Amino acid sequence: MIRRAVQFIDERSGAAPFLRKALRYVFPDHWSFLLGEVALYAFVVLVATGVYLTLFFEPSLADTTYNGVYEPLRGTTMSEAYKSVIDISFEVKAGLLIRQTHHWAANVFVAAIVLHLLRVFFTGAFRKPRELTWLVGLAMLMLTLPEGYLGYSMVDDLLSGMGLAIGYAVALSLPVIGDNFALGIWGAPYPGDPAFESRMYITHVLILPVAIGTLLALHLTLIASRHHTQFRRRPPQNERKILGLPTFPAQAPRSLGLFCAVAAVLFLLGGLVQINPVWQWGPYDLAQSTNGAQPDWYLGWLIGALRLVPGFEPVIGDYTPVPNPFWGGALFPLVVFAVLALFPWLERRMTGEHGFHNLLDRPRDAPGRTAVGAALFAWVFLVFFAGSADRAYVFLGLSYEAQLWVYRGLIWVVPPIVFFVTRRVCRELQRSEAIERERIRAEGEATQVWTESAIRSGR
Amino acid sequence: MRFLTRITLIALVLPAAAAAAVLAQPRTGIVHIDGGDSLPLTEHGSQLYAANCASCHGIDGRGVAQPRSGAGDVTGQGPSLRGVGARAADFYLRTGYMPLETPGAQPHRQRVLFSQRELSALIAYVASLEDGPPVPQPRPDRGNLADGFELFTERCAGCHQVVAQGGVATGARVPPLENATATQIAEAVRIGPYLMPSFSERDISDRELDSIIAYVQLAQHPVDRGGWGIGNLGPFPEGMVTWLLAALALVAVCMVIGRRLRE
Amino acid sequence: MRRLRDLLVAVLALLLARLARRRGRRTRSERIVAPANGSTRGETAAAALLFAAALCAAAFVVVYGFDRLGDQTQLLGLALGLAFAFLAAALITIGKLLVAVEEQEDEYPEPAHPDDQEAIDQIARESAAPITRKKLLTTAGAAAGGALVAAAITPALSLGPWTDTSSLYRTPWRRGRGLVDGDGRPLAADDIGESFYTAYPEGASHDELGAPLVVVRLDPAALELPAERVDWAPEGIVAYSKICTHAACAVSLYRKPKFRPTQPRPALVCPCHYSTFDPARAAAVIFGPAGRPLPQLPVVIGPARELQAGGNLSGPVGPSFSGVRDRPANS
Repeated sequence: MIRRAVQFIDERSGAAPFLRKALRYVFPDHWSFLLGEVALYAFVVLVATGVYLTLFFEPSLADTTYNGVYEPLRGTTMSEAYKSVIDISFEVKAGLLIRQTHHWAANVFVAAIVLHLLRVFFTGAFRKPRELTWLVGLAMLMLTLPEGYLGYSMVDDLLSGMGLAIGYAVALSLPVIGDNFALGIWGAPYPGDPAFESRMYITHVLILPVAIGTLLALHLTLIASRHHTQFRRRPPQNERKILGLPTFPAQAPRSLGLFCAVAAVLFLLGGLVQINPVWQWGPYDLAQSTNGAQPDWYLGWLIGALRLVPGFEPVIGDYTPVPNPFWGGALFPLVVFAVLALFPWLERRMTGEHGFHNLLDRPRDAPGRTAVGAALFAWVFLVFFAGSADRAYVFLGLSYEAQLWVYRGLIWVVPPIVFFVTRRVCRELQRSEAIERERIRAEGEATQVWTESAIRSGR
Repeated sequence: MRFLTRITLIALVLPAAAAAAVLAQPRTGIVHIDGGDSLPLTEHGSQLYAANCASCHGIDGRGVAQPRSGAGDVTGQGPSLRGVGARAADFYLRTGYMPLETPGAQPHRQRVLFSQRELSALIAYVASLEDGPPVPQPRPDRGNLADGFELFTERCAGCHQVVAQGGVATGARVPPLENATATQIAEAVRIGPYLMPSFSERDISDRELDSIIAYVQLAQHPVDRGGWGIGNLGPFPEGMVTWLLAALALVAVCMVIGRRLRE
Repeated sequence: MRRLRDLLVAVLALLLARLARRRGRRTRSERIVAPANGSTRGETAAAALLFAAALCAAAFVVVYGFDRLGDQTQLLGLALGLAFAFLAAALITIGKLLVAVEEQEDEYPEPAHPDDQEAIDQIARESAAPITRKKLLTTAGAAAGGALVAAAITPALSLGPWTDTSSLYRTPWRRGRGLVDGDGRPLAADDIGESFYTAYPEGASHDELGAPLVVVRLDPAALELPAERVDWAPEGIVAYSKICTHAACAVSLYRKPKFRPTQPRPALVCPCHYSTFDPARAAAVIFGPAGRPLPQLPVVIGPARELQAGGNLSGPVGPSFSGVRDRPANS
């Protein structure tokens, strides 16, 4: 039966040789290689739930009055967009489940990408010949951030509307071109042309998903054509030979099982843990705001940066070259992404290694890289954490102003310390392994000598 | 792995325990009047006032404008209470805002150490100092929820957060309203305690106040149609769930699935 | 029935390990997939998990059928999530117990293909050989391509006023314009009490950054306004743009001390990044990342005690941009 199906396909597409090769493609056998797949499957859930939502969402800022089941909003004027999301949440059966699953999937998607990025970085998988794969992956990460941002900003609720205003301010703050750029994108000074809602919608629903999907296809193709990297653990494994599980029958049930597990976690969260209850925030009004407003977690590093930067805005005569939000909102993420993007070449410069690498390093095997990565991570993480200082004030009573000063010091003092400590730890680990190896070798020698002498003496 | 679990547990439990200890500290230094219960209310109140409040609020409630050292190591400084009426006394005492440890400290909700009789006595005494507003009688059942939501968002959410979870205002911690009674909300709106502005009947009519209270009461038990509300704070706890629940679970699944090649 | 099952299996070939054993017509002599012992317990477990998944998925459909069910979102999520969870467990069981877990060896692909690279280069060179004036054609081609790209991008100029930033300076305020509340009712001086008030321009849109104001009443003796603004605050009523000059959030916090000797001065605070402005000192920034004070509106008390604007705001509203200080706000 299978033979007939395969024959049908092969005669009409010539795909049998490719399929045969694909079925026996060897996957490296370590759990950390599955993190990228987690991201992939979260993306699949995003697209599926997202398509469903587009069948109900109304991307229009036209005013309407709510007269549905949620009493605190009855009689309130709101946009059609916001009303359609309230209706999805309260009137459409399974609407809230799909909506929440979609939002959880977005959060988990970016988290999985970050975990995957950390694994790739700290094992040196980005080295030649995989620099292109690395750049494509980074590009995907850079696109998922605005994708998520636009997704929750389309809803036109109070919380996300505040976030959009901040986005506008960051756009305005770009030196030289900021005012032109912001006016072009928004179509008018904030809140912008009514068409801005349509622009967000089509960017979120078509332009960015297609871009991410294309990059994803490129990413997977590059991985397959250069083949996965692997950890070195057994003799047959070296730079030329890979040892692992074939796609079929070993890897396939694992991968599909992982997909189902991702879907399970996302749907369980979508039904059991509330996310973005926009009916509690109310519709957006540019003259209103709420305390404790935060962006989704993957933009938390930016709010931390915006809050940490002190209020200076240098002026040359009447000209304002760098408005304040630029430092935290634009320059900071730019620097982080630039370092990440250039890292394969920076590392090549520093280590002088220009060859192909198919084998992965354990983090301890590359003390310099691990130390730099740890320091960069510490820097970003501290800025991210600083964004929660207001909640720390409310819950723990730690003065907000004092926290700011402490964080401002920490973000510059801690990363160099992390660098040196990490590098030292890696080197010590390497040294202790070398000592251990030496000890085993010496013991082996001693045992051999003892055995030989025992044989010679006739025992 | 074991070591890691232990370290994580310690890192999570210790600060939580410390915070709990700090927040649960009972206030020391309340002076009760022996045999006060048999005194007339205002007389009882006067004696309680003299023992517990006069160092900051002055003799006859006239206030202490300049800091003044009192008994023990208490430095007293506080506003006049003449004319604040039963309303203010009822609010500050029943929430535990007063007595305050140090004059400049921010008052916050604490365990009330006065008995009901002592509270009534103090309130009666403060009310007797000079004519002032009585304890309000709000009727949230007569309020309109939608109006309350709009009014609360417009006037209150900037400090108190749109679902009354509290927040930060430079130099002050804005309290969440989860324990506020209807009367206390009405009182606070009119009084404007600590750094909160006060809203007169002209700013917010009694009817509007009823609606606001109705909304706050809803916010104390919001409609969490999506499941576990995780604090109704928005992306902050959502991010924690993403990493501490979902990411952990999925990494665990990866570890279960991934199988090391036998060495 | 069998044909149906086989068809199903052909489509879901990856899920039923049992079929892999029914090899039947093989023409190859050596095995490709390594032999494996299998496990009856594993098969039972996998089957049970799959049936459990089916049950949960069915439960989803049933729960969906109810029109009004308390916690319906939670039940639906539980049903669907568990269905996937059981399916995941079934697949993992199949992967670990029922199919061969082989350690296959493979070669990494060739690092490069110099012959093909050379051939491509050769194709390019030989194709270009007949062309004698390469530079001329390259320049012309670049010109054509560049101009065409520029032309293709040009319609994007219609997205917004890319080159005209004058709209950033416009506000709806002008001399004589009344201040109204959110419902359009005129604000009178006596409406301004001890709290804070949001005001909008009468007869103009409320929905732009320049529209909303925050109005408070301060003790006139406590005001420290610059010399040219001394008469901008009659009876101590000051009005500022409500839009934060840092990142455009609404400045909706008003910190008002009850007892000034032990409490900080009145301040307007933005809840986004906690920029703090002093209303007594022309909304100077006293904390936080804002780079400019809030623009101030001159207030005039009209003949019927109604509040009016005495002119435009002292500067452009909202977040800073490169030219924010080089021109005043205009109407």
